[in-house]
Order: sequence, then C-alpha cells, then structure tokens
Amino acid sequence: MTAYIVRRLLQMIPTMLGVVLLLFVLFNWVGGDPAYILAGKISSEAQIANIRHQLGVDRPAYVQIGIFLKQIVTADFGASWSTNEPVSDILKTRLGPSLTVLVPLLVLGTLLAIALSLVVARFRRTLTDRMVMVACTVGMSISILVYIIVFQYVFAFRLGWFPVQGWGDSLWTNLATYAALPILIGLCVGLAPDLRLFRSFMLDEIEQDYVRTARAKGLSETRILWVHVLRNASIPIVTYVMAALPGLLVGAFLIERFFSIPGIGREVLLAVERSDFPVIKAITVYVAVATMFANLAADLIYKAVDPRVELK
Amino acid sequence: MAERLHSFEAAAVPEKRGGGFWSLAWQRFRDDRIGVSSLVIVAAFFIMVLLSALGVIAGNWNKEVGIHDAPPDLWGLLTPAVPEAVGNAAQRAAQTMEKTQSMEALPPSTVVDPLAETLVRLRGEDDALPENRIMDPLAETLRSLGADDKTLTVEKEKRASLPFGGDRWGRDVLEKTVKGSQTSIIVGLSAALLATLLGTLLGALAGYYGGRADDVLNWVYNVFSAIPYLLLILAVAAVLQQRGVMTVILILGLTGWTGVFRLIRAEYIKHRGREYVQAAHAFGVPDRRILFSHILPNVSHVVLVKVSLLAVGFIKAEVILSFLGFGVAVDEVSWGSMLNDAQRELILGKWWELAAAGGAMALLVTAFSLLTDAMRDALDPKIRVAP
Repeated sequence: MTAYIVRRLLQMIPTMLGVVLLLFVLFNWVGGDPAYILAGKISSEAQIANIRHQLGVDRPAYVQIGIFLKQIVTADFGASWSTNEPVSDILKTRLGPSLTVLVPLLVLGTLLAIALSLVVARFRRTLTDRMVMVACTVGMSISILVYIIVFQYVFAFRLGWFPVQGWGDSLWTNLATYAALPILIGLCVGLAPDLRLFRSFMLDEIEQDYVRTARAKGLSETRILWVHVLRNASIPIVTYVMAALPGLLVGAFLIERFFSIPGIGREVLLAVERSDFPVIKAITVYVAVATMFANLAADLIYKAVDPRVELK
Repeated sequence: MAERLHSFEAAAVPEKRGGGFWSLAWQRFRDDRIGVSSLVIVAAFFIMVLLSALGVIAGNWNKEVGIHDAPPDLWGLLTPAVPEAVGNAAQRAAQTMEKTQSMEALPPSTVVDPLAETLVRLRGEDDALPENRIMDPLAETLRSLGADDKTLTVEKEKRASLPFGGDRWGRDVLEKTVKGSQTSIIVGLSAALLATLLGTLLGALAGYYGGRADDVLNWVYNVFSAIPYLLLILAVAAVLQQRGVMTVILILGLTGWTGVFRLIRAEYIKHRGREYVQAAHAFGVPDRRILFSHILPNVSHVVLVKVSLLAVGFIKAEVILSFLGFGVAVDEVSWGSMLNDAQRELILGKWWELAAAGGAMALLVTAFSLLTDAMRDALDPKIRVAP
C-alpha cells in the first residue's frame, strides 16, 4: 500500500512538470509579452524594460521556469496584476464561499441521484424507464445559462423567495439565504446527468450473479436494490464523485458569477477578463494538483471499499 | 420497448437481412423511432444552417426591422400584448428611458449630430401622443444637414410586432436565432472534427507503436487531463486575445481531443494484434497504410459516435464562452450572445429572445443526443448500452 502511494506520488512529478510547461508556453509565448499587458497602453520603453526585469521575462526560459516552480512551491505568486492583492490571499479568501455552495450541493446532489437511480432501476427496461431517460436527455440539453437566468428571474426577482444576489459574512446567513437558490439550481442542473450515470452503474450490478442468488433466497426487490446493489454500485459512484470534485470548484463559475458569490470560479472569470495572468496561473496549478490528489484518493477509496481491487 | 426487442431480434438473426456492417447498422437504426425522428430534426437544423450560411435565409439578421423590443405575434397567432403609445405613464417613461439608453449605446456615427439630444426628447414626447405618426418638424432640416435618414423615420417604417419578437435594437429574433444556430452549430461541428482528427491521429500512433511514442503521448494526455476542462478552456481564452468563430473552434478543438485519444488508443492496441494487421504487415504494407487504411475503417464507428458526442459538448461550451464574451466577436451572433442579450431583456419582461435561443438550442441538443444514443445502439449491437 505504502509502496503504491509512493509510486503514484512519484508519477505525479512528470505530469506536474508538464502542466507547468504547458502554462509557461501558454502565458509567456502564446499570450505575448506579459510586460506589455501589465504596463498598459501608455508606457515608455524604460518602464517596459523595468517591468520585464521585475517579472524576470528578460532572462532565459529555463530561469523563468525556475521562477515559476519556486512560486508554486512557496505558494507566492506575487500580487494580482489588476487589484494588487497578493494572489495567495485571493485564493484563501475565495475558497470558503466556493465550498459553502459546493459541499451541500455535492452531498445533496449525490444522495438525490442515488435514491432516484435506485427507483428508476426498479423500472428498468420499461416504458417508464425510457421516458425518464428521455426526460433526462431533454433536461441536459437545456443550457445551464437558461436554468440560471430563469430561476433567478422567477424565484428571486419575481417571487422574491430568495435574494437576487449577494453574500454575507456568517456561514449560516450564507447557507440559509444566499446559497440556497444557487444550490437549488445546481441540483436541477446536475440531477439529469448524475441520474443517467448512476442508473447505468446500478444496471451493471443488477446483471450480476449475486443478485440472482439474493433473489433466489427470496429477498425482496427493495432489499436487493437498496442493500446489495447499492453497496456494490457505490464503488464507481464514489470514484466518479471524487474525480468530479476539483472540476466542480471551477465548474460552478457561472452560478458564482450570476449570484455574485466571491468564489474561485468567479475569480477565474474576472482574471480572464482582466488578463490577470498570475491569478489564472495560480488557480490552474493548484486545481491541477488537487485533481491529481483527488484521483489518487479515489483509487485508494476504491481499494478500501472493494478489497478485490488490485492496485497496480 | 417493443421496438427495442424487435431490433434485438433483428440483430440476432442477421442472415435474414443481408449487407455489410454499415447497411446492417442502418437497418437497425431505421427500427429505432426515436433515433429516426432525432435524425430528421438534426437534418432540418443542418439544412437551415446551410441555407443561412449561403445567405438564402436570415441575411437581414442585423437589420433593425421592427420597433425596439417588438413583441412576438407568431404570424398573427398571438396578439401582441403591449401596443405602444397607449400604455400608462410609467411605461412611457420606461420606454423613453430605454430609447435614450439605446441611442447612447448605438455605435458612434460618423456624423456628430448636434440635435440628437433634442430629438430624443422630442421623440419621447411624440410617444406620449396617442398618434405617433406625427411628422418630425426638424426632419427636413436634419436630412439636408446629412444626418442619418434612418434614425428619423424609425417608427413609421418599423413593424410593431415580429413573428418571434424583436430584440433591443428591433432586430428580428427569428432571423437572429437562425443565424445564431449557424454560428453555434458550425463551431460545434468544426471543433469536434478538429478534436477528433487530432485525437485519432495521436491515439493511432500511441496505440499502434506503443513503447516510447506511447509514453510521450500518454504524458501529454495526462498533462491535459490534469487540468479541469473548463479551466483549460478559460486559460486558453485568456491568452488568445482576439475573439471570433475561428478562435473558439481552435480553443475547443485543441483542448478537447483527450477523450478521443484514450478511446482510439485502446482500439488500436486491441487491433494491432489481430491477424489482418499481422497479415498486412507480413505483406510489407507500409505502416501509414496499415494505420489509416486497414485499422481506421474498423474503428470508424467508434469515431463517429465520439464526433457526435463531442459536437454536443462543444455546442454547449461555445454557448457558455460566447455568453461570457470570450467567444464569438461582437458583430457575430450565436446562441450564447443571444442569451446574454436575453438576460437583460428578461428583467424588463421581454422573454422572447430567451425562449427562442434557449428553445432552439434545447431542441437541437436533445435531438443530437438522442441521435447519438441511437447511433451507438445501432453501430454496436453487442453492447446494448442503456439509453
């Protein structure tokens, strides 16, 4: 087990270096000279040379990559180009609001999708099942933008059940008032794809021999589904949820933008709009690290839940 | 369920229906009613896109043919709810406000009109009168001064209602939707083709040769998939400063190939040990031909399904990018930029652009997804993947 974890950690190094290289190529070569973006429209040659020196872009590429690596390790990406706020502060303060929305969303969404997929699995290969799946396809085809715009308009603007947007200081106010509608929207958007996927996990298990055995023992269909099938189907479900976690952190950017939630996703959008490269670079690097660790954690949980799994 | 069983029997007894792989697949597909209806809808959209790209329809999407925010009438089926000029005072005030705003927001005209402000005020008062067909007393003078003729005779020439309504500038939402479909669908398909081309090429090389090539390509794959997809797209969008259809295609195509790569690589690993490949190798067929003339046709059904899946994903992604302003340029229209306009219009109660853009997209994406499911079922009868 330890050997496996060590090996996996070592395998992360080349991937991480690749991510660094990719970002370096993107932001230093494809994106043009950062000094011109930072200096703005009105600037003298001397100013630009000065900024180039400060950023280190006048030095050879390997030195620059060295600087970038040092920034990653020390978590010091300097200051944001647009607000001059230290990037590390930005990351720290934006993580909380993102998690306030995401954690309840993930927990509720997963539980709801599991429960509904078990219900649908009972109707497998019937007209009801097919209709639910077609409804899911339709639900997935409506743009997330339409969900957000309509929900915000109807429930917040017209009916006034929720605040249109905003964010408070205390966790409870946020959860109870500001995060409620974003979470509701997230549930509606995420339910259809999750339900489709979880249903297929359940159906994979229903074909197995142990289900036939359970049925032969005379167990009720409810018990078979909710105890036997669910326990086995939870393996791919856990893997899927773990792997989706880092992506969600950024993926909720539309919701954060519409509801003015000061989270990571909204920060990415702002940074892209303002060409605030240090912020984008920092977020991308750390989310990539988080993704790799989440994948490792998913594999370890896989092993913990199902001892038959061979870690190789 | 009946047709599902039926098609399963058909697959089990292939000798009753002759033909090769593709014709068998087509016969299976034909039995799937949902699949066929989806194909019809998708084909209709494609014909519309083609006509619109050739300029046969929706050529006037950028013309201000109606009054601003013209309500929808669905060719007379719907009675427009807000006849202007008889509304209450508040509404008039709001309209005047909007008009002032829209005039301010208009692209700067080449001629600076010294009377513009007066005119706006006059027009506001015009609206207050029950009959707004009053001739502008300054019209003649202004025209001789060389001011834009169009801005003066607005209310008379422009239609009070349009089939799908009008947007803030009075552009026909129906034509905008058609043109927006053109942009979104062309971007989705082109990006899907680019990603598939890239993914298939790299996947074929990695899967067939294995060894060092496989290691390197796998490393590239790992790097790309370590960054969440949306974040990668946004990072590339931040770097590429210019906006436009080509940029979006490049962003989506160059970042979206990883799924195809993994799939095709696995297929090529499976196929490289097969007898027909060994035989071709023994005959001295060059690798290039083995890769792309011998193996590729055998995995082409996998590729086809993947292109279709990618196109759906990219259409959705383009809509989000354009909505955020990182997608198509300002003088182009896509479903995403329409939704952006619609968001502001909805607050004023103008729902039609949202309905048109959202509805068109939902219809196409639903049909496309169901078509993909049907294609997958028809092409791969062994794996009866649940819908």
